Order: sequence, then structure tokens, then C-alpha cells
Amino acid sequence: MHEWALAESILVSAQQIAEQEHLVIVSEVTIRVGELQQVEPPILRFALKQMRQGLLEGAKFRILKAKSTMKCRVCGATWHYNAKKLDKDTAEAIHFVPEVVHSYIKCPKCGSPDFEIVGGRGVWLEDIKGVKHSG
Amino acid sequence: MVDPRMSIIGERLAKIGRVVAISSGKGGVGKSMVASTLALALVRDGFRVGLFDADFTGPSTHIILGIAQDVQPKEDRGLVPAEVEGLSYMSLVYFIGDKPAPLRGVDVSNALIELLSVTQWGRLDFLIIDMPPGIGDAVLDLVRLVRKIEFLIITTPSLLAFEVVKKQAALLGELKMPLIGVLENMKRDNASVIEEQTKKLGLKYLGAVSFDLKVEAAIGNPAKLLGTALGETMGTIEKALAEKREF
Repeated sequence: MHEWALAESILVSAQQIAEQEHLVIVSEVTIRVGELQQVEPPILRFALKQMRQGLLEGAKFRILKAKSTMKCRVCGATWHYNAKKLDKDTAEAIHFVPEVVHSYIKCPKCGSPDFEIVGGRGVWLEDIKGVKHSG
Repeated sequence: MVDPRMSIIGERLAKIGRVVAISSGKGGVGKSMVASTLALALVRDGFRVGLFDADFTGPSTHIILGIAQDVQPKEDRGLVPAEVEGLSYMSLVYFIGDKPAPLRGVDVSNALIELLSVTQWGRLDFLIIDMPPGIGDAVLDLVRLVRKIEFLIITTPSLLAFEVVKKQAALLGELKMPLIGVLENMKRDNASVIEEQTKKLGLKYLGAVSFDLKVEAAIGNPAKLLGTALGETMGTIEKALAEKREF
């Protein structure tokens, strides 16, 4: 389960930020998940809840989606990624390493594999809310 | 917005004793052959070894090791590398097969960070990294992300290769990166110019590998590879790795 590895990195990162911000309790963690990686929010949420500890023990997890946008470096066309058009093996390869999308997808306008993933690539920690140390 | 992957890489590599990047400023000098052969020799000598092919646009260690196309990492809270020839093996090839990967610098960095953050290497004595040629994104990223990385530089007897090696050694020196030494590969005569120039730079000359046609014939056959001139030189490299070094 790839989502478990991602959840672990989110928790370690959130804990570090909470400590830097002198939070004593983390109440909410907002995570932005890019469509390209096709992370399953229910699995991610389950993994986060199973592994949370320390300052994150009582935290809620908000998981937001971000549309994946590609921009061709050759002709400038922009388009959205649609995993439903891909076979299972290809979608899974992109799930593990989103950059391999360049091996499978081409610009729908000019056919170039030289495009930029403008948005919605992976998993990002967007916001952390909590209670600060009063002293 | 924070990329959470960066926070976990140190933990993923925590149980690895040594991380050795087989590197060269120049392409075609035999990095992948040395990386694969060194990994095999270390396994033969009883070490727990991982091999990571970081040459995303030109991966070749899977061909050298003769890895079947259906070999895949296992999913278990991330990716557990497949065991091949007694070593833990990770490569982008698992995800692209024989397709080209036209990746720009930012994509190389992202793919590298992704694999380092999800790969569950477990306990290893050595992680050998087959580096892409050059001193660009992959070298700079690994220096940034893998604190205990050490470099072993490969050159050929050609001064063209060595000129780039000099630049790489200077860069690694500026970055204060540990450098195990320089291995001269595919040597065809008794000239000592590379040895002299390496020593002049204050670097350790690890020795020379004679040009051996058997190396090409051993591609895809790991057992044969250890019996080539390249395989026979690995003892020298292992000795250099074993020497106590200041970090």
C-alpha cells in the first residue's frame, strides 16, 4: 500500500512543523492530493489515523484534491490528466512514480512527450492548525 | 505548502551502513558495469546489499544483471525492492519497462525523491547507487538528500573522460563530500598518466581494470561477470571501502 508510505511521510513532516511552530496540540492537518498520483483518500485517511501519535494524536485530516494539469513545452497546449483512459498497469506505474507519465502520455495536440506537470502532481501538506504553547 | 516526502528519506535510509554512489562526469565509462559487479561481489562476500539504478533516462543495470521483465517490487507500506541475485534491487524500469523516460531536471529530482521516500530498503550493509553521467540534478539531489553518501569515481584512460572527472572531483570537494577514490576502467596499455594525475589531485587511485572482451559477453550473466577482469578488480574496491576513513 503506497498510501501508507505517503501517510508516514505526512505524519513525520506534520510533527516536525508542529514542533517548529511550538504547537502543543495539532487539531487539523490539511493535505492536498494531486489527481496524477491517484491516491485513494479513504486509504490515506485510514493510514493516517492508524499511525498518528504524539502531537497529532487527536488531529483531524482534511484531504483535498487538486486537478492535474499538463502544459506542452513545444506547442503550449494545456490539458487535464485522466487516469480512466489508461490501462491498470500504466495507471499503477504513474501512481508509484508520477513522472513516468512522460513515458505513457503525449501532448494531445502535437504528440510531444515534452510537457510540464503544472499542477496536481503528488501529495502536499497545505496547512496545520493547533494550539500554541501559552508560555 | 510543504512536500512531506523530504521528511521521511532519512528514516528510509537509516538502517543502511554505507551509501556508495558509482559516478562519473562522463558517460560510457562503465559506471553501471562497475556498480552491478561491485554489488554482486559484496553479496558474494556475505554483505547485505542494495542496488539502486538512479540513471532514470538510461537505466542498464537490469540488463547487466539479466533481470526478467516480470520482476517487480513488493507493496508493503511502500515499495520493498525485489531480491535479485541476493541483492535488493530498485530501478525506474519497474515502472517504465522498455519505454523511454524523457525527463527534464525537475522530473528527475521528483522521481528520485519519490523513490527514496517510498522504498523500504530495510537493513543493508551497502547501498550501491548507479549514477547517471554528469554532475547535474541527480548528483546535487543525492548530496542534498542522502547525508551519508560517498562517491566512487570511474574514468577511462582517455583524457577526455578524466578532464570531466577533474571537474566532478572539484565539485565534490567544494561540497565536502567523501570521495573513496578513482577507478580507471577499460585500460588497454601500461600508461600511468591517469594514475599520476589522480594522485596529483590528491585523490586515491583505486587501480585499473584491463579492457576485457569477456565483460560484454557477460552482460545478463552475473556469475560470469565476477570472473572477468572487472570482477577480479572488485577485491581492490572492497579493500578501499573497508579502509577506515575520516568523514
